[in-house]
Amino acid sequence: MSSPLRRCSPFWLSLGVVTGLYLLFLVAMLAATASYSSPGKLLEALDKREIQHSIGLSLVTCTVTALLSLLLAVPVGYFLARAKFPGKHWLEAALDIPIVLPPMVMGLCLLILFQTRFGQFVERIVPFTYTVYGVVLAQFTIGAAFAVRTMRHTFDHLSARPEEVAMTLGCTRAQAVWRVTLPAARRGMFAAASVAWARSLGEFGPILVFAGATRFKTEVLPTTVWLELSVGNLEAAVAVSLLMVGFAVAVLAAVKWLGEEV
Amino acid sequence: MKELSAISGQRSAGVRFDNLSWHAGAFRLEGVSFTVPAGCYAVLMGKTGCGKTTLLEILCGLRRPTGGRVFIGARDVTELPPGERGIGYVPQDGALFPTMTVREQLGFALAIRQRSEAEIAARVQELADHLGVAHLLDRLPQDLSGGERQRVALGRALAAKPSVLLLDEPLSALDEELRDDLAALLKRVQQELGLTALHITHSRHEAAQLADMMFRMEAGRVSESPLKLTA
Repeated sequence: MSSPLRRCSPFWLSLGVVTGLYLLFLVAMLAATASYSSPGKLLEALDKREIQHSIGLSLVTCTVTALLSLLLAVPVGYFLARAKFPGKHWLEAALDIPIVLPPMVMGLCLLILFQTRFGQFVERIVPFTYTVYGVVLAQFTIGAAFAVRTMRHTFDHLSARPEEVAMTLGCTRAQAVWRVTLPAARRGMFAAASVAWARSLGEFGPILVFAGATRFKTEVLPTTVWLELSVGNLEAAVAVSLLMVGFAVAVLAAVKWLGEEV
Repeated sequence: MKELSAISGQRSAGVRFDNLSWHAGAFRLEGVSFTVPAGCYAVLMGKTGCGKTTLLEILCGLRRPTGGRVFIGARDVTELPPGERGIGYVPQDGALFPTMTVREQLGFALAIRQRSEAEIAARVQELADHLGVAHLLDRLPQDLSGGERQRVALGRALAAKPSVLLLDEPLSALDEELRDDLAALLKRVQQELGLTALHITHSRHEAAQLADMMFRMEAGRVSESPLKLTA
């Protein structure tokens, strides 16, 4: 692509202009938000105990969700990439449900599931509704779907041949995957965990519906933005939003640095 | 280079396909029967997509035939897992393990068998000396040339002392000079170890260089082809 660009053909130039305008829009949006706040206001917001709790809870729940998502995404992604069976397209479509459904609806579905007899049984062992466990489950429901997509994409791009050679050398399929494929998929695994982490950080609707928005209990960063906005404290909402932008940019940079496109 | 007897220990065994069939969608192999005698270097030719690689994968145990039997020596290996068949497999592009050094690749088959570190190290050095890759032991696959990759893939396949060597177009990605060098190496290794080899290629020149026996695959069947036609 570099040589057409060097020649500055109208075709590449127009594509570059469109991309540039879109980037400008994104940067303008973030810059406007940043200019609304100041380091002093940011520090003032971060000094609030409820916001500190919210930051801590967000970091912990997002990390737990990212790890749980990876545990699910590795086997499911491998299965989707390597197995051939009738109805595979339907299974793939079904696994995308959390991505295409409105987040608020996902929260409502979770809430209703835990009102059923099965849900009530689970609640007696681990209480999910309006608890921190519920925050993780609501984040996991959507974050895991993105992690599965990333892992499937990763395994799709890894040749099955080395794994098969490992089997001829004495490995079982599981040993071949463990010793040959998973080490080769480590960047994809990092990307999948990062995507799940970043998605979970921004999750709001399902958490609000399923886990509630109780301060010092189930309040995570998006909930804080909403709570601060609802009482008219725009400065605190902007400060917390900028903090989330910072986290998201850090994750994106880490993934790009490792050379894996999200 | 070391004497090959130092790394031998393989017992040669012939390969026999008995009325083998396999199908997937419209593609099918039917009634494939042929024998490669023990210690013979057989070359299998045929058009792209005619099922040569599938046949090799069935022999490896990576695909299950829908009918017929596969024998290595007197053993019916049709139901055996790939690792218990005593075969060494060298695919087209080498298919080296992307995150392992050459040393780890060469020692892989023995590490899986939980052999002692000393035994693995000795075997790795033996193979590396013999195949001319001793100076590459700490490199990763992406730092190897095409010819070096194929030498490592060959060493990795020989590490557990197989009786049968399966080669799927191992020279196709190499330039002509390297191709001749590696073909000579393949023939020497096969003869010195007394291995039974089944080698897939499109190249008549390669077949003429290597083949003791020549087979042609057409319309889902395999037939023996006179050697002189390949020259």
